[in-house]
Amino acid sequence: MNYEAVIGLEIHAQLLTESKMFCGCSTKFGSEPNTQTCPVCIGMPGVLPVANRKAIEYVIKTGLAVNCTIAPYSRFARKNYFYPDLPKGYQISQYELPICEHGFVKITANGETREIGLTRIHLEEDAGKNIHEGAGSHSLVDLNRAGTPLMEIVSEPDIRSPLEAAEFVKKLRAMVRYIGVCDGNMEQGSLRCDANVSIRPVGQKEFGTKTEIKNMNSFKYVEKALDYEIKRQIKILNEGGRIIQETRLWNTAKGITESMRSKEEAHDYRYFPDPDLVPVKVDDQWIEQLKSQLVELPDARRQRFTSQYGLPEQDAELLTSERAIAEWFEQAVKLGGDPKSVSNWMMGEFMRLLNEEGKQIEESELRPAQLVGLLKMIDQNIISGKIAKTVFEEMYKTGKEADVIVKQKGLVQVSDEGEIEKIVNEILEKNPKEVERFRAGEEKLLGFFAGQIMKATKGKANPKVLNELLKKKLSS
Amino acid sequence: MELYNFTIEDARAAIKKGEISPVELSEAVFKRIEAVDSRVHAFITLNKQAALKAAKEISPDTRHGLPGIPVAIKDNICTEGLKTTCASRMLEDFIPPYESTVTKKLKEQGCVLIGKTNLDEFAMGSSTENSAFGHTKNPWDLARVPGGSSGGSAAAVAADMCIAALGSDTGGSIRQPASFSGVVGLKPTYGRVSRYGLVAFASSLDQIGPITKNVKDAAILLNAISGHDLCDSTSANLAVPDFTSVLGRDIKGMKLGIPNEYFREGMDREVEQSVTQAIRHLESLGAIPIEISLPHTGYAVAAYYILATSEASSNLARYDGVKYGLRVEGKDLLDMYMNTREAGFGAEVKRRIILGTYALSSGYYDAYYRKAQQVRTLIKQDFEKAFEKVDVIVTPTAPTPAFKAGEKTDDPLQMYLADIFTISVNLAGVPGISLPCGFTSANLPVGLQMIGKHFDEETILKAAYAYEQSTDWHMKKPDFKEVESKK
Repeated sequence: MNYEAVIGLEIHAQLLTESKMFCGCSTKFGSEPNTQTCPVCIGMPGVLPVANRKAIEYVIKTGLAVNCTIAPYSRFARKNYFYPDLPKGYQISQYELPICEHGFVKITANGETREIGLTRIHLEEDAGKNIHEGAGSHSLVDLNRAGTPLMEIVSEPDIRSPLEAAEFVKKLRAMVRYIGVCDGNMEQGSLRCDANVSIRPVGQKEFGTKTEIKNMNSFKYVEKALDYEIKRQIKILNEGGRIIQETRLWNTAKGITESMRSKEEAHDYRYFPDPDLVPVKVDDQWIEQLKSQLVELPDARRQRFTSQYGLPEQDAELLTSERAIAEWFEQAVKLGGDPKSVSNWMMGEFMRLLNEEGKQIEESELRPAQLVGLLKMIDQNIISGKIAKTVFEEMYKTGKEADVIVKQKGLVQVSDEGEIEKIVNEILEKNPKEVERFRAGEEKLLGFFAGQIMKATKGKANPKVLNELLKKKLSS
Repeated sequence: MELYNFTIEDARAAIKKGEISPVELSEAVFKRIEAVDSRVHAFITLNKQAALKAAKEISPDTRHGLPGIPVAIKDNICTEGLKTTCASRMLEDFIPPYESTVTKKLKEQGCVLIGKTNLDEFAMGSSTENSAFGHTKNPWDLARVPGGSSGGSAAAVAADMCIAALGSDTGGSIRQPASFSGVVGLKPTYGRVSRYGLVAFASSLDQIGPITKNVKDAAILLNAISGHDLCDSTSANLAVPDFTSVLGRDIKGMKLGIPNEYFREGMDREVEQSVTQAIRHLESLGAIPIEISLPHTGYAVAAYYILATSEASSNLARYDGVKYGLRVEGKDLLDMYMNTREAGFGAEVKRRIILGTYALSSGYYDAYYRKAQQVRTLIKQDFEKAFEKVDVIVTPTAPTPAFKAGEKTDDPLQMYLADIFTISVNLAGVPGISLPCGFTSANLPVGLQMIGKHFDEETILKAAYAYEQSTDWHMKKPDFKEVESKK
């Protein structure tokens, strides 16, 4: 039988606020355990939460960016369960009335663009961390993370393949980074993704029994885990078995999903409105104000890049995939760089070098002005395009300006005809057999000569002058 | 008159004039505690050393509003550096590293915190018998309960073991013990006083308020603790009037709503007589009684015990043995949780946690919690409608005078009915005051409840003051020689 997958995703994004969701403690990552805590976030008796306005604004901004309706009235709710990293015995979250509902994002997978619905976006607080290593028979609890703001984005079950799922996560990650509400770091866990997945015979409307998959901390693993899970479910059905509704963990090392808890063991969270917090009321004025603060979003920017800079669709897509890349590009153009040349260098050499180091563009020290300086030297025939690649790599690594590198390494292009002619003559004299073969019609040897000359000039010969001279000499 | 008999007003005047020093006053109060509290047991913790030190630091020419006034604090209000137990084994040794907003305000005004008073564990109860640290006795009859849950505070005020006290009121826990103990107790409008530092029982109902020797003191203390607090998002961002400024104005033409649902069978005959007489007295002062109806009154206790226990089941989840308070080790985490909560909580607290957990459970939520919220809205609307016609609603505070210790401990439902007249006020969020309006033949105090509109404590204070000043119930004091001989 032919099955199709039905996938819905839940994405948890840690918000980039300075302070926690319901108290004034810092949200900084990596401090000594329990140094960023206070009576409120460790759940002392009698203390009260006060909602962080910035966090609410970040969720509204995200909602606006993904076409959601912003609720004029929403509520915090308590999700009750016992766990040592949850100091109050409940997590403050949202349940019946989230801040954002009914949005969508467009994703493209295998050349097909589809709209994926978003059920809701809500705000909640994170839990702390239990530490089981290095404490003997005890476990330790670090509450630095307890109470940091988390935004949960829930999709409709509109996703049909692991690839689409990965694209969806990519899209949302780019979006939250774009509007500056989350750093999107999946390894550190500031962006986490869970999936609900089921399969059904193609053409059937009813959903199959779903499983929930957790612990997929990269795009790659989202794709792999779902791929594995879908195959697992198909195998069970093909063998006449039944899918059990359960939570499964993706085991990166083994490359499989493993059962964590079944539905019977699932918690009854006993959600109810948190009486310690007043409802969040959002009026049009607040929404308008946040809209005006919203940066240009990827889709709009992509369109502008094609119309304003005449870039091909593919260039515009890549350059607007991250806000930092788009801004780097526009700065270079503003400083006088030719848009297509800037784009070529960024998509080519720059991305290659970044990828080699696994770096983000904002982690690189290379500034747009440096690339523009390099482009000028190419335009003015001071260096060849080939040399420019060497210079670019040197700029990237040392942070020096192009002209300084060219000067220090003596890479200035030789365009003087007399000088080049001398070398051309030398090479031709050294290789009489090849000259004969060329003249006998073996024209591809032109490249051989050019290469020899470049080698002799350490690549500095102006290729245009060189080619003209070479052709002239060989045909004479 | 002894120094410990002073009201806030007396004490403040005497200290400002330099007739007595804050230290003398505090010492007199501690002496009184030493003489009486072994019989009443109003206090869990005394703060003598720190209190006398604080009293010493207050100079008589001070700008403080309440210079050197000795105040007792219910032991579910967090006091920095001073044990706050909630009358529970769970928090037997808990010393908060932070100050509640109300005690911070009192200290800033010059009050001296003399100690922490007994209560029903986590404020759950109506008799102060649910304390892990012993019962509090009613100063009017030591065989009887002082009411609850703020029974320690009410008894301390009644027995002159402080000048005034703070209590908390979730379903009547200030007003009912005030009624049983013959003192004045005011539950402010929900949101009038910050809850920051009040150990939560039911967050949407809890409110801190004064328990005092007379109405004016209640107004003075309410002035000191009211106001918006950035640490409590449910506290109202409203200007706070001077609650004493309306005292002494006449109440001619004031419309008093008398809800017929509050005068039905089951009420103690002597209580009914005292309250009826009080209404007649108010009429003689120019007020106009009007019969009204609060039609959903009959559902209040049921709705309350669903909502309050639901919130409590969640509020008390933090006492898990992991971070602070009692921990009883076990073979694994779940075992430790269960051992700790088994040993740390008393029977009534457990009963309410179980009730609330049940009411919030998946499949029952709509039938219980949501339905109770709807009833709450109806009760609120009952009051709104009534207040279109009247200025104040007058009722008995409790259906009976103080009952005997042990009388209702085996029957939780009977115990819950002790709050039948006070619970609606919390559900509606409106303010209510209880003040003495007579004594039974057994010399037990009877309380009169006056209920006002949202954020209109002024009107009930004005009416209560007019009543009090033209009667002398509030002047009566329990005679310890007499109550001793009764035993």
